[in-house]
Amino acid sequence: MTMFSSKNWREYPHRYRLEASKFKKSGKTYFPKRQIDPVTGDTEQEMVILPETGKVVTYTVIQIAPPQWGDQSPYALAIVELTDGTRLMAQMTDCDTTKVKIGMEVRIEFRKVQAEADHGVISYGYKFVPKWY
Amino acid sequence: MREVCIVGVGMSKWGEVWRQSLRCLHTEAALNAIKNAGVDHLDSMYVGCMTSGLFVGQEHLASLLTDYMGMPGLPATRVESACASGGLAVRSAFIEVAAGFSDIVMASGVEKMTDCSGDDATTALAAAADQEYEVFHGATFPGLYAMMAHAHMEKHGTTREMLSAVAVKNHHNGSMNPDAQYPFKVTRERVESSVMVANPLRILDCSPITDGAAAVIVTTVDIAKKLGKPYIKILGSGIGTDMIQLAQRADMTTIKAATIAADGAFKMAGKTIKDMQFAEVHDCFTIAEIAVAESIGKYKPGQAGPAFLAGESALDGAFPINSSGGLKSKGHPVGATGVAQVVEIYKQLTGQAEKGRQIPNSPKIGMAQNMGGSGGSSVVHIMEVA
Repeated sequence: MTMFSSKNWREYPHRYRLEASKFKKSGKTYFPKRQIDPVTGDTEQEMVILPETGKVVTYTVIQIAPPQWGDQSPYALAIVELTDGTRLMAQMTDCDTTKVKIGMEVRIEFRKVQAEADHGVISYGYKFVPKWY
Repeated sequence: MREVCIVGVGMSKWGEVWRQSLRCLHTEAALNAIKNAGVDHLDSMYVGCMTSGLFVGQEHLASLLTDYMGMPGLPATRVESACASGGLAVRSAFIEVAAGFSDIVMASGVEKMTDCSGDDATTALAAAADQEYEVFHGATFPGLYAMMAHAHMEKHGTTREMLSAVAVKNHHNGSMNPDAQYPFKVTRERVESSVMVANPLRILDCSPITDGAAAVIVTTVDIAKKLGKPYIKILGSGIGTDMIQLAQRADMTTIKAATIAADGAFKMAGKTIKDMQFAEVHDCFTIAEIAVAESIGKYKPGQAGPAFLAGESALDGAFPINSSGGLKSKGHPVGATGVAQVVEIYKQLTGQAEKGRQIPNSPKIGMAQNMGGSGGSSVVHIMEVA
């Protein structure tokens, strides 16, 4: 499906700068930004930048990949809990996919994520790399 | 609120049905249900379909499908909640009859999934996940459930053998279901040596890509009695949602939407999980059957896997699950699945399940749990013999 560049551009604050919402009442951070804290209903928030290190809470290794990643499979995909408790999903890179495990320490790096199907717009964003890398 | 029942059911052929288009599949199931119920007209219909637009480029199903059923003019509504679209169609029909808006309503579901390449089908199904924060990063549905599986294994000690037990049992049940897409038995060894899709899930942990449709006729008890056909009562209907992103859920090992949907259905029915004698649950992947059995309250977290290994969910077990073969063996035309689950409950409660597949001792009450995406939505119905 053809994607227009505005679809990417509007996500830059998240994908390039890791901007998130921290709500006043609960002190909880949500990524991406949202208008309302789903637990408290609070709308008072400040923009914060996510910490760049955390631990893998679950993962998989995708063997059968969507067309954009056909030449990259197998690749590991992980949900990471950052040091502030926020969770997000992204690909693991610069690591042996057979060595990924729960509890593994990682940090976030800015990488090329995909070239969107037919249109070919190159999308950048965050990926996880092993902390030691 | 009026008492509501199901008086007739119908299925199309399920599988890779290259000879039939979306409209043909739906018409076949619809006419089978209408004939089975013996009704001479419908007052309205709800059709569940996840994403015919992505699979075959066709939307506006209310118009297309009533037209090809030979009923142009019939009030019709298409409903969508990803893979729970079928359950949502049943719920919508239930509400319309219960509220007295209509007396005879068809709930149907359809999906035509093999008119496109495997890549395109993967892309279409991924529309049920968060496009910008899951799919963008390369997540697939097997991948999302694989992450749930790893989390479940880590937290509860769930094993590879427990996942395999779900596939082996469901293929055993499906081998006796003439509607099943894959009516063959599998062994644990075969499951565990099948090709890896997304670690730890292998191809035999996954439900297939399926063309198919299913339909049920929803009506009042008075009309069902007059028709003189076997009917069952819908005692309760529940629906729940949860955050669409797996990463944002507090606990990735449980399906909160299913808990909310089941609790809602139990409350309406005045029943609890202890009253249920069997269930059809949404086993899109083997881990899903384990997580759902726990989420609807049948087992404490971490206890479903061991219970399945002990045979509790088998046809002759204490609580049979997926006597139809489930999504795993019967197939998973996403929009039709929730309706087909209700078809199975109807067959079991009216003693019409095929030889070998009928649950022993004539069960009196059962439930169907249908799920959207990685658990972002769920619909539950509780049904009882009339």
